Amino acid sequence: MSSLAIEIPYWGQSIFRVVGGLVAVLLPAGTIVYLFLFKMMSFMQSRLGPMEAGPYGSMQLLAEVGKWMQKEDIAPDNADKTIFKMAPLIVLTSTFLLIAVVPFGPEAWFTDFSAGVFYALAVGSVSVLGVLVAGWASANKYSLLGGIRGAGQLIAYELPMVLATLGVVIQAESMNLNRIVEVQNTGEIFGFGGLGNPFILTQFVGFLIFMIAVQAELTQAPFDMPIAESELVSGFMTEYTGFRFLIFFIAEFATAGVFAFIASILFLGGWGVPFTWFGWENLDEVAWWMNLVGPGIMFTKMLVLTGIIMWVRFSYPRFREDQLQTFAWKFLIPLSLANIVVTAILKVAI
Amino acid sequence: MTMMSDRQQLGYIASQAADARLNVELETEGMTLNIGPQHPATHGTLRIIARLDGEQVVWAEPSAGYMHRGYEKLTEVRSFPQVTTLINRIDWLGSFANEVPFILAAEKLMEIEAPPRAQVIRTILFELSRVANVSLFLGDLGVQMGAITPVFLAFRDREYVLNLIEGATGGRFHPNFDRIGGLKDDLPKGWIDETKQVMTKLIGFCDEIEDLLFGNEIFQSRMRGVGVIPATVAQEYGLSGANLRASGIDYDLRRDQDLPMSWDLADWRVWTHPDGDSWARCWVRLQETRESCKIVQQLLDQIPSGPVMAKVPRIIKVPEGEAWVSTENPLGEMGYYVVSKGDTGPFRVKIRSASFNNISITPWVLKGVYVPDIITILASLYFILGDIDR
Amino acid sequence: MAPLSDATTETDADAEPAALPGDGLREGIIDDLRSRIGEALLDTHITPNDDLWVRVSTESWAEAGAALKAAGFTYFCFLSAIDWMPSPYGKGEEVPGEELDAAEGSASDEADAARGGSEADDEPAWETGVSGGETRMQVFARLVDLERHVGVTIKADVDDDAPVVDSWTGSFAGANWHERECHEMFGIGFNGHPDLRNMYLPGDFEGFPLRKDFPLLARMVKPWPGIVDVEPMPEFENDEGGDSE
Repeated sequence: MSSLAIEIPYWGQSIFRVVGGLVAVLLPAGTIVYLFLFKMMSFMQSRLGPMEAGPYGSMQLLAEVGKWMQKEDIAPDNADKTIFKMAPLIVLTSTFLLIAVVPFGPEAWFTDFSAGVFYALAVGSVSVLGVLVAGWASANKYSLLGGIRGAGQLIAYELPMVLATLGVVIQAESMNLNRIVEVQNTGEIFGFGGLGNPFILTQFVGFLIFMIAVQAELTQAPFDMPIAESELVSGFMTEYTGFRFLIFFIAEFATAGVFAFIASILFLGGWGVPFTWFGWENLDEVAWWMNLVGPGIMFTKMLVLTGIIMWVRFSYPRFREDQLQTFAWKFLIPLSLANIVVTAILKVAI
Repeated sequence: MTMMSDRQQLGYIASQAADARLNVELETEGMTLNIGPQHPATHGTLRIIARLDGEQVVWAEPSAGYMHRGYEKLTEVRSFPQVTTLINRIDWLGSFANEVPFILAAEKLMEIEAPPRAQVIRTILFELSRVANVSLFLGDLGVQMGAITPVFLAFRDREYVLNLIEGATGGRFHPNFDRIGGLKDDLPKGWIDETKQVMTKLIGFCDEIEDLLFGNEIFQSRMRGVGVIPATVAQEYGLSGANLRASGIDYDLRRDQDLPMSWDLADWRVWTHPDGDSWARCWVRLQETRESCKIVQQLLDQIPSGPVMAKVPRIIKVPEGEAWVSTENPLGEMGYYVVSKGDTGPFRVKIRSASFNNISITPWVLKGVYVPDIITILASLYFILGDIDR
Repeated sequence: MAPLSDATTETDADAEPAALPGDGLREGIIDDLRSRIGEALLDTHITPNDDLWVRVSTESWAEAGAALKAAGFTYFCFLSAIDWMPSPYGKGEEVPGEELDAAEGSASDEADAARGGSEADDEPAWETGVSGGETRMQVFARLVDLERHVGVTIKADVDDDAPVVDSWTGSFAGANWHERECHEMFGIGFNGHPDLRNMYLPGDFEGFPLRKDFPLLARMVKPWPGIVDVEPMPEFENDEGGDSE
């Protein structure tokens, strides 16, 4: 029961959740773009990055958004215009659907599905549709190649991602994301509960597989063949201009943020601190102020994880399409299956 | 020397097999993909028409000529000193190196030779333009595969070399510094010390690129075994420069012919690689950049004193005759077949540019590869568009 | 040392540059070629220790290429053509307009004279270069022996009325593009070439730009500002007291 929900009426709650959802999607996206895409990348490439708009170029993103909003919304003559215009929205919708199950505190959530993991993995793949639709509807050969590559890649990497998550689910004995957080923070490592038991320790292989799959799911280098600016000239995004391109752009980084949120819940203990620090026994005893501190903790963990994602993106060249598929089917999936088997055996044995 | 290594042999067989398979199995309707003329991978306006079966290339042909400027015709209405302005723009990243073979050909016809000091400075500038050219290539390699960081390092360090070239010649891109009988000017004060420092930096840059890019597993998996060109095929198509040496042929015009230049004063080596694949071509270029830096470092200590210009008449008339001079330019063998009729200008100049031959092999080598390999193979062959179209 | 340089990727560092080949080498090459193609070898020219030219008959052009390839010249450098007719337009240094008519007139005159002359007494109105020649246009190519580090320029006359020679693509695949370029620039046909499309020019372009009788249109409409360069420099101009201040 959300303590906030008791005090405000239903319509107030709805508005509160919509605003909260927008903030939870757009704030991470903006932070990632400024912090990593503008500044970290510039630092790695021995340049300054944007410096003019606002202090240290911090308003650059707003300027960019303003620029894109002003541009003409063009659809190619041969494009299937309705679908062409819908595609970016499908991709962005998937991001908003994802954020719905992410808990930011003991009671700071939008919805609390009992099968939250299942839901998250299901709606996470909706963006594939958007990519495929965008590629097909653009009436452009490069876009088509990009869209088909994207579909093949996202399907291939959906599987290791699901399988890596299974290890966590087996260990936590629950598919509820808040319950997974609770298990991690009340857990013990060899009888020592001072750190809780974040699953990154017991499920390290799973964590690596999950992060690699996320990298591919987000089409970030080294898995950015659907975009592949030097071969396919941005692939499925080639024909998009103005605010539709902006939506793709936001969705790319917002999804990165949301997946990092989910990864931090599954493997890093989510919003929680080890409960023994404050003498809490279970979720119901957690103090109300964790609802305010929790999002901050989540945000920090999200930044760490997206930092790693972006770091890899800026330093690696990309695979070839066949190498990517080989890597997924012949290496990641067998490895994640083995991970599940080992987890299950240990779960029963210990 | 011309024996094929095992890997080359395998690559050749694989390409023939791919050829045969495609001819038999081609049942689906292919797609024709136009890569270029405006495409980020073609560094300019090269157009590649590729017929695809899924991601695989069934047939590909480059279509050059979007930047043909007719230099061979234009040289016929220019005087000899004026021609250098034109040929500067053939391979615009290594401009000074373009001037040298033409000037040498004219000097050969006039039977004069530049003074020793001019020869050494010429060689230094020649190698500097190679460093400037190939360092950009090394950075660009990453971009072709989506690694955006190396190119910034390349642009950063190439700037030092361009500054040197500018310091000595006054032009960053098109120096037009070489004259029949010597050089336009002597070196400015302090240039030698600065060059030594920059060369140390550039060798550091080569190490950096070797770590960052060549040591990367993904880079290796993209490059190794892709686009194999056997030695015999490379010779038939007249590949030159690093492309030829990467197929295991030990042939470098700087070492293997007698020109009034100063490469023999320095201690350096010609690198070859037995594989003939994209990796080999890039790797050989990397080593060559290092060798160029070493050549410059050594020659800087050996610049003799004296004039930089031989005695030549004010209005140059080149005696009747024909001369062929080619040098090992950054892109490969660049040569000029100069025919003079005793006039102030050449009667006919045949410009043999490296990229023209290097790119003419693409229909052969692109058969059966995947679409992303088109980009890496083109990048590893390394062409400058002006060098194809002239 | 380079971290990635291992033994498998290196060649002999101490491979000495081959000793400079002497005349004997080039004369040997000529003898070798003569034994292969016999009478088709028309003329030769050697600049000692430097370069070698051979001229073969038109019919044996492709055969000579194959013979040289068999003789060790496996590296194909380039193939092109040359038009020996002096340009009727000069170097485009004349003021356009006034002399354009004259130039055109002289062009056709000279061409006629040349054709007539060559038919009459085999005395062409133009001089061909080293290793001689009898026709207005010649094809020439260069092959290199990478083992001996020696190159040869091989020439052949092209018949004025039917400018067609055999293609080299059979022996050297790389000749493909060079012959295409040569075809569009000089109008020389190549028997047996798989695909003689234009390389640079539009498909319906008329004329052959590198022939000497093809005017460089830029020169026809505007005087070449670079003419100044071959005029006396300012210090020599003083005594004339020209229009400059």
